Amino acid sequence: MESRLLLNHQALEHTLNRLAFELFEKHGDFQNTAIIALQPRGVLLGRRIVERIADLTGVKVPYGELDVTFYRDDFRRRDEPLVPAKTNLDFSVEGKRIILVDDVLYTGRTVRSGMDAMLDFGRPIQVELMALIDRRFSRELPVQPDYVGRMVDVVKHETVKVHWSEYNSDNKVTLYSFANNE
Amino acid sequence: MSKLSTKRLLGIKNITRDDIDLIFKTADNFKEVINRPIKKVPSLRDITIANIFFENSTRTKLSFELAEKRLSADVINFSAGSSSVKKGETLIDTVNNILAMKVDMVVMRHPNPGAHVFLSKHVNCAIVNAGDGAHEHPTQALLDAFSLRERLGDLTGKKILIVGDILHSRVALSNIFCLQKLGAEVRVCGPATLIPKHIESLGVKVMLNFKEALAWCDVANMLRIQLERQDIQYFPTLREYSMQYGLSNDLLDSIGKKDIIIMHPGPINRGVEITSDIADGEHSIILNQVENGVAVRMAVLYLLAGQTNTIS
Repeated sequence: MESRLLLNHQALEHTLNRLAFELFEKHGDFQNTAIIALQPRGVLLGRRIVERIADLTGVKVPYGELDVTFYRDDFRRRDEPLVPAKTNLDFSVEGKRIILVDDVLYTGRTVRSGMDAMLDFGRPIQVELMALIDRRFSRELPVQPDYVGRMVDVVKHETVKVHWSEYNSDNKVTLYSFANNE
Repeated sequence: MSKLSTKRLLGIKNITRDDIDLIFKTADNFKEVINRPIKKVPSLRDITIANIFFENSTRTKLSFELAEKRLSADVINFSAGSSSVKKGETLIDTVNNILAMKVDMVVMRHPNPGAHVFLSKHVNCAIVNAGDGAHEHPTQALLDAFSLRERLGDLTGKKILIVGDILHSRVALSNIFCLQKLGAEVRVCGPATLIPKHIESLGVKVMLNFKEALAWCDVANMLRIQLERQDIQYFPTLREYSMQYGLSNDLLDSIGKKDIIIMHPGPINRGVEITSDIADGEHSIILNQVENGVAVRMAVLYLLAGQTNTIS
């Protein structure tokens, strides 16, 4: 297995700041906006984005974490069911502008499940999508992000992983390449 | 681990501690789901489940049906009273006929102990035991332990007393297996005539004196006297039973212990095994048990349905 660093800690910091600024530009005072991060890995990005918006604007944006396991389209198509993570969403999305957050956007299927799951909490007036990494050209559903940290071209036997360190000191994004038989 | 060690839930005896933990973890998530404004997920939308009840049930049947509907499964209900069973059809034929209509899972209650084990040897589908005679009632034991875990946390070393008609109770047996697997200490209490012989071989101590037993326990699970299963007289009168083994505030006052957690699998005979003030009191978790029943049954059905790759 080979690995290649896509974003080091500093580059990732810049990217997170830029994403927060992009949201600020579009949503202003975040009056009617809420952020929902997808479990399990999107929440690590979501929490950081919410923190950065608070630093930037002083606004505490309503934030929820959503598990999509029960909405996935591959249930009974894999050998083992996935173990769900916790959903923690204590507000209604009715009439709100929602920003869905995930770390790596790949086939688009998780986001599709996430939208279904979110709609069980109400009818938002608008839904946008933020992805830290967009693996373009590998989509299986017509899903496109509105806010992208970094776009990468990755083939099927490669995987992109975002590493979040415990004290935010060594966050990074790495690309792993597996030989076809690995 | 995300997979049960079994394809069927026939009893607690043949599942593992890991299975129980996985069911509880999944049930935690379903409990959150059933408290949402839209209490439904699409997971089992391509599954059809038959609820086959050869014995009366209100709570268990409703709870299973609701769990199935909350998972978006298609549900058919079958009661022995209004079926061809009366015309002499065998159990295997009945179930095979239902399965021929492309049913994926069977939830069954049957008056004969072991009916599910027998059936599992002859039909190839997921089976959930919703009670077989005086043998096992696994989902009840799971929801009881889940409710206790919610209140007490880890059950290791907790002292749990099961009181009443142990002899005719499937809830007692499944509870003993489940609680012991979770590390709790279980004792049973009741009239000697209603305690099964050799129950000590399960590692369960028998206490005939209710007052002493209450002084020992952290939790009292009060069972109903199952008059419908009693073919002979096991005690002189219900009044005498109630005086000896009925739980009341006066009794708790007399031992100076008010914080015992009270459980009951229902239906309650108020004034017989338990007084109303106790059943409705602050230490009673009877209605939590009912609420958790739906979440636990959703978890069991979801995990059993999900581990078989039947589509691709």
